[in-house]
Amino acid sequence: MNESEFVRNFAAQFEEVDPSVVAMDTNFRDLEEWSSFTALSIIAMVDEVYSLKITGNDIKNAKTVRDLFNLVYEKMK
Amino acid sequence: MTISNPFSLEGKTILVTGASSGIGRAVAIECSRLGGSIVVTGRNKDRLQDTFENLCGHGHKLVAADLTVETEIEEILEVGSEFDGVVHVAGVLNYIPFRYVTEEKLNKAFSVNYFAPVILSQKLFKRNMIKRDASIVFISSLNGVFCSYVASSIYASTKGALNGLVKGMALDLADRHIRVNSVCPGMISTGLIKEGEITEDQLAEDKKKYPLKRYGKPEEVAYAVIYLLSDASTWVTGTNLLIDGGYTLL
Repeated sequence: MNESEFVRNFAAQFEEVDPSVVAMDTNFRDLEEWSSFTALSIIAMVDEVYSLKITGNDIKNAKTVRDLFNLVYEKMK
Repeated sequence: MTISNPFSLEGKTILVTGASSGIGRAVAIECSRLGGSIVVTGRNKDRLQDTFENLCGHGHKLVAADLTVETEIEEILEVGSEFDGVVHVAGVLNYIPFRYVTEEKLNKAFSVNYFAPVILSQKLFKRNMIKRDASIVFISSLNGVFCSYVASSIYASTKGALNGLVKGMALDLADRHIRVNSVCPGMISTGLIKEGEITEDQLAEDKKKYPLKRYGKPEEVAYAVIYLLSDASTWVTGTNLLIDGGYTLL
């Protein structure tokens, strides 16, 4: 797993957001399209791509894309 | 006139699946409080034992079994009871956006929510373990029968399939006076929704969508099940009984 791949997978969950505006330090709740449905999509994406289970609370406790990257990175160890 | 209770389950033997927790546990306990003899089944032995110890009265039985495993279904068939009621509660809930649907996820959900209760019912029926005049109740859902929630296409499909099953079985079993119905609850506060994808904050927000401003309690589903098991509903078959705190009114 590398950072740019994770950012790409993260950005792919949005329909309207331009992927180029999403970076590791993006506070994802500031993205206009962010919703509880996006959170479910992130959980499903992490399951499909990284074969890891993360929870709604994991996402709640994260602020930036980097926080989620670190969470997945730690779980992969 | 003497006092009588058409909702009494005295003299009735009732099989309850998914009885280790949540709705199944409440159904087993409330049915025992109305005089039923209960056979509880579920996967988690310790929690099933706890349900069993909380049943009211005597003569109940416990069978720990995973209903998605054919050899374990056999263990229920070997109990040898003849049932006046069967309540299929065992189920899984998940939230998967449609773009992440896979055959594996579909198989997993259908295996627990649909195939297991169908196969168990068929085997019980074929072995004459379901009495004439018995009542079979499936715990279905609002979701997939009356409406849907986001990221619920898999779960809703399993419950939609149960809707078809209820109607088909009700017709085929009517000549033996066996009634087949479902209870369709909205969100019920159980362990099933307290872990995983949805956060407490999201649940608090979701509760506001219910005109009665809260989720249901497992007992409130159990009371609907009791109605369908009892002689109060002897002319009711093939229906989906909606228990939703008013959710579908809006």
